[in-house]
Amino acid sequence: MELTTVWFALIALLWAGYFLLEGFDFGVGILLPVLGRGDRERRLLINTIGPVWDGNEVWLIVAGGATFAAFPEWYATLFSGFYLPLLLILVALIVRGVAFEYRGKRDGARWKKRWDIAIVVGSVLPAVLWGVAFGNIVRGIELDANHEYVGGFADLLNPYGLLGGLTTLTLFTLHGAVFLALKTGGEMRVRAGRLAARLAPPAVAVAAAFLLWTVLAHPDLAGGILAAAAAVALIGATLFLRVRREGWAFLATGATLVLAVFALFVTLFPTVMPSSLADANSLTTTNASSSHYTLTVMTWVAVFFTPVVLLYQGWTYWVFRKRLTIERIPA
Amino acid sequence: MDALDLARWQFGITTVYHFLFVPITIGMSLLVAGMQTAWVRTGKEHHLRATRFWGKLFLINFAIGVVTGLVQEFQFGMNWSDYSRFVGDVFGAPLAIEGLLAFFLESTFLGLWIFGWDRLPKKMHLATIWLAGLGTVLSAYFILAANSWMQHPVGYTIDAATGRAELTDIGRVLTQNTTLVTFAHTITACFVTAGAVLLAVSAWHLRRGNQTEVFRPGLKLGAWVVLVAGLGTMISGDLQARIMTEQQPMKMAAAEALYTTSQPASFSVFTIGSLDGSSEIASMRVPNLLSFLATGSPDGRVEGIDDLQAAYEQKYGEGSYQPYVPVTYWGFRFMIGFGGLAMLVALAALWFTRRGRTPGNRWLWLAAIASVGMPLAANSFGWIFTEMGRQPWAVFGLFTTADSVSPSVSTGEAATSLIVLTVLYGVLAVIEVGLFVKYARRGYVEPAEQTDRTLAFAY
Repeated sequence: MELTTVWFALIALLWAGYFLLEGFDFGVGILLPVLGRGDRERRLLINTIGPVWDGNEVWLIVAGGATFAAFPEWYATLFSGFYLPLLLILVALIVRGVAFEYRGKRDGARWKKRWDIAIVVGSVLPAVLWGVAFGNIVRGIELDANHEYVGGFADLLNPYGLLGGLTTLTLFTLHGAVFLALKTGGEMRVRAGRLAARLAPPAVAVAAAFLLWTVLAHPDLAGGILAAAAAVALIGATLFLRVRREGWAFLATGATLVLAVFALFVTLFPTVMPSSLADANSLTTTNASSSHYTLTVMTWVAVFFTPVVLLYQGWTYWVFRKRLTIERIPA
Repeated sequence: MDALDLARWQFGITTVYHFLFVPITIGMSLLVAGMQTAWVRTGKEHHLRATRFWGKLFLINFAIGVVTGLVQEFQFGMNWSDYSRFVGDVFGAPLAIEGLLAFFLESTFLGLWIFGWDRLPKKMHLATIWLAGLGTVLSAYFILAANSWMQHPVGYTIDAATGRAELTDIGRVLTQNTTLVTFAHTITACFVTAGAVLLAVSAWHLRRGNQTEVFRPGLKLGAWVVLVAGLGTMISGDLQARIMTEQQPMKMAAAEALYTTSQPASFSVFTIGSLDGSSEIASMRVPNLLSFLATGSPDGRVEGIDDLQAAYEQKYGEGSYQPYVPVTYWGFRFMIGFGGLAMLVALAALWFTRRGRTPGNRWLWLAAIASVGMPLAANSFGWIFTEMGRQPWAVFGLFTTADSVSPSVSTGEAATSLIVLTVLYGVLAVIEVGLFVKYARRGYVEPAEQTDRTLAFAY
């Protein structure tokens, strides 16, 4: 296999990992005011992701760094082209990260309330905007012959892009609810499970509509199969939630996110940023890539260290595998 | 201002801001790891108290360092897309490796440390803070390797077809002398910074006679770290200056505002008047010192700005190749001055607290408390000096800053992000300092009886 293909696959994997992991962090943040009645319950919710949210966010940083190293043209076009949405995402991630750490550092209802708002807004915005961004990548954006984006922010808010945003928002919210049902005990577990079961059918509808649109607009056999598999996994999650199998439901929502990301990447391949102006302006795994030497070096680094990272990050989840209950949160 | 100026201001503001927090994170993670090691080995309760007290301050600081790091990773692509296109093949690799090797390690094990107090065996819990600390150091190494390549590009070739830099030797990028000496200089500066935090906070409490079992050792440790690491910054800085004179002679000339080539060259401690070489009113000079700093020999020859400008015009074509001299001149002096001042305060702190003494002089205490700002100022001026001193180049001799900016980003967009990030960073600074001061002043607090020890520490 070409090294450019390997790196395209690795970047897809990093985004899939990011959606899988930070997806439920976003969901927990979004559901903070819905499921968290009172400060103690909100602390309980935040503590379910406390030890892991930062490590989960690193998947995004590494996805960005890997794109920079393996496909500099892609990195340059994508990040400068999606300037304002990325600025919004950055601001959201900054206030959200700080909010987790600082919320409990002072007493006082107003202090906590403000950070709670920061957590919710900081979770909703990226949850929507990542979907809008990926929708637009698949749809194609106005790239000129120098691979520069010549459209504006408003051009990104087209129906397909917005449906993408709605899809990630609902999927992350559902994923977060399932995660909470899996990670908490007592009453919270029941409430989170019930909420997840109610969220699942609309999530199926939204995600199926987005994936169907994708498949119809960009017919691709492998992409279509993956999209179908994502939809099946999501329907599976719905069923598991009905019978209160939280672990299986979590695997299913996780699989939905991973398969959906793969479906989008496979649909794109070998293009990485299609231009809506002219096919010749599109960025591909070949014309956007780094030199063979750089890709070789990076491949060795990835081969050796990715398994190590997966091992210790997996171990973290093992260490914090116990369900949290409200009794453990001091009043 | 056009998009280029705005992007430069944004990079300057966000990077200097980010690097206020980073050195504290790097230095304190390892100092706290040391304290916890002392506790695990000796079982003495005051080591545990110190670990938890300083650990909490470390975490308050860490949060901002992490989130502002996101901006660093993104803004190369957002504001500097043509730079990213030109250097991505070389510069992207250390950045990606930094993420994979350092950021995962740092974030994952810090999460384990914060939430693992009663869930992990004692020694394993100790290992988590050391691994998180290792992550911060590795991160510094890889990002400095990338920066050093901008100061002195090696191990690359320019592709004839695309005109872009391509990596040919990753080993050289990671091990060239610029990288190694910059790493040494930065890491020692991180320890000076963290040591000053210990020194200042401990002084605040000792002056009031609070919790002396934690704060007397804290003051001593902080002061010793500032002194020893400060010596390290001097030695590494000396080596760095000589390497810089070889690799970027214009930067050295601009550090002194030296316009004509001199042998030997004197060093001015300060200059009154303009620094454009035309109207110097007064200056205090140390003969031969610049020659010594730049070349290691008191009679060494130091090239002047005008001669270098003429040579560069021959080599690179028409244009100005000099940085903005007032910034480099004063940046260089403030870096050295504030670093030296911190060391003096540390020395005085050790002297006046020797053998259990507690001085009554108010000014001594105030100086010790103020010492926290000195390394922060030195760090900032150091980076401003080295980055501004490289101008007009983004990658020395290869690619200018003016060519680096994103063509597709409008002035309005660049202004929006500059304003948004500056305001946000300002607000966060106020909150962070407020919390830091609150927890620093409170001193060590025993967790209440029934409270989970972990939760008392975490959220």
